[in-house]
Amino acid sequence: MADQVLPGWKKWLEGSGDQVIFLKGFFRNVFRGGFEWSEFVRQCYEIGYKSFTLVGTTAFIMGLVLALQLRPTLVDFGAESMLPRTLAISIIREIGPVITAIICAGKIASSIGAELGSMKVTEQIDAMDVSGANPMQYLVVTRILATTFMVPLLTLMGDVLGLIGGYLAINISGKVTVMLYFNKCIGSIDFSDLLPAFIKTIFFGFVIGFIGCYKGYNSNKGTESVGLSANSAVVASSLWIFVIDAIVVQISNIIIYH
Amino acid sequence: MPLSYRSVTSLYTIDMEEKEIIEEQKQPSSKKKELVIHIKGLKKSFGDHHVLKHVDLDVHRGENVVILGKSGTGKSVTIECIVGMLTPDEGEVKVFGDDVPEMTERQLKELRTKIGFLFQSGALYDSMTVRDNLEFPLTRVLKIRDQAEIDKRVEEVLDGVGLMDAIDKMPSDLSGGMRKRVGLARTLIVKPEIMLYDEPTTGLDPITSREISQLILKMQKKYKTTSIIITHDMECAEITADRVVVLNDGEFVAEGSFDKIKESKDEFVRSFF
Repeated sequence: MADQVLPGWKKWLEGSGDQVIFLKGFFRNVFRGGFEWSEFVRQCYEIGYKSFTLVGTTAFIMGLVLALQLRPTLVDFGAESMLPRTLAISIIREIGPVITAIICAGKIASSIGAELGSMKVTEQIDAMDVSGANPMQYLVVTRILATTFMVPLLTLMGDVLGLIGGYLAINISGKVTVMLYFNKCIGSIDFSDLLPAFIKTIFFGFVIGFIGCYKGYNSNKGTESVGLSANSAVVASSLWIFVIDAIVVQISNIIIYH
Repeated sequence: MPLSYRSVTSLYTIDMEEKEIIEEQKQPSSKKKELVIHIKGLKKSFGDHHVLKHVDLDVHRGENVVILGKSGTGKSVTIECIVGMLTPDEGEVKVFGDDVPEMTERQLKELRTKIGFLFQSGALYDSMTVRDNLEFPLTRVLKIRDQAEIDKRVEEVLDGVGLMDAIDKMPSDLSGGMRKRVGLARTLIVKPEIMLYDEPTTGLDPITSREISQLILKMQKKYKTTSIIITHDMECAEITADRVVVLNDGEFVAEGSFDKIKESKDEFVRSFF
């Protein structure tokens, strides 16, 4: 039993150490100079712009379904007027950031993991390294910064579309003007709702990019490892999203409400 | 993908130049040439598997050395130690007189700008066109910013390998031989002093293999590089080698000109012919 457990722990500790070294390499290259602006913009387009439809549609449907599910309960309590406020707070604080991040983990972390993994397998990363170029700066720094920059923007767009979905759901069974609905939504959101939600999306974006790059960059040689890199990038980044969510919510509760 | 008229004529030119180049290369040099690569007592293991047990090799400026050996005998490990991709367990690896395992990251990066490494697969960046692949080392390694200079060098080197028509193609649109040619062009574009070829003809048909071998020789002459070529393609070895070394079980077991190696009585060496 101990023989089985110990190698597992050893492997986990080695992996953690490798991640710390990779993180150090990332920060060293961020501040090294010679930033790859054109690749960063291309990655923002690939990672962010090409995810707009998926994130937008999902957020819109989530807002719509949430409003449809909440309404009967609120009507039972005679609190139908609270619907825009409830929707706004739940979408802005939790559902928008987490759903966006989970979708991005599935779409972006897996694609980064698979892309860098296949570059590793086909010796493209080695070729870059051995030519004297800096693959860390070109491949890793640009992708991590692009996800860190684009996931908050995607979340912002997802929040807006989620609220629009909620408005549509409310109008299916009753009539509320756009002005009244959005006034109630905006009026119910405080700075203390927006700031922690925005901060955690930055961490979500960073984790998605970092784990995708780490898994792909350290992929073993062999085609099977490309699939494994993509898969483990999604699993690990999804897990980290919930861990970060729990930590940020706890910290913001302590700071704001105590 | 069919070769263009230009590519075919370019290959024909290579063929015509080949004899002349070989003759020139095989002229004995009157003065002793500078030692560029010096390997002494190199040992490298992966776990319990001792890949290199004791390797000694000296390569002089302008020389083409072919390393022959079975798969898994450590040929690639030897050149990966030269370029600092792997750290030896024991022994000296000196390039231009500097000890590679002792180099800092910055020194290693500086050294790598003088070494071209052609991977077995060509290792083209598959998200970039041929032009972007060739521009990459110019802008990232040599830091050239002048677009006219970049275009000139890209066209010159691509013309040299006979693939001007493929300049805007993606690597996925190229055949195996064309990929190797573009890979060769990408390594040569920075004008390296040393070229390391990792099985440059593996996976190619005999005609394309011959073309690549002749191209290696032509480029070596044009750019005056020192080369180490890893291969088990005997025709490639015959065309390109000034000297052949044979690696078996982690050690060099034979060394000499191709003709001398061909006459060897050693059973292992003979098995290559």
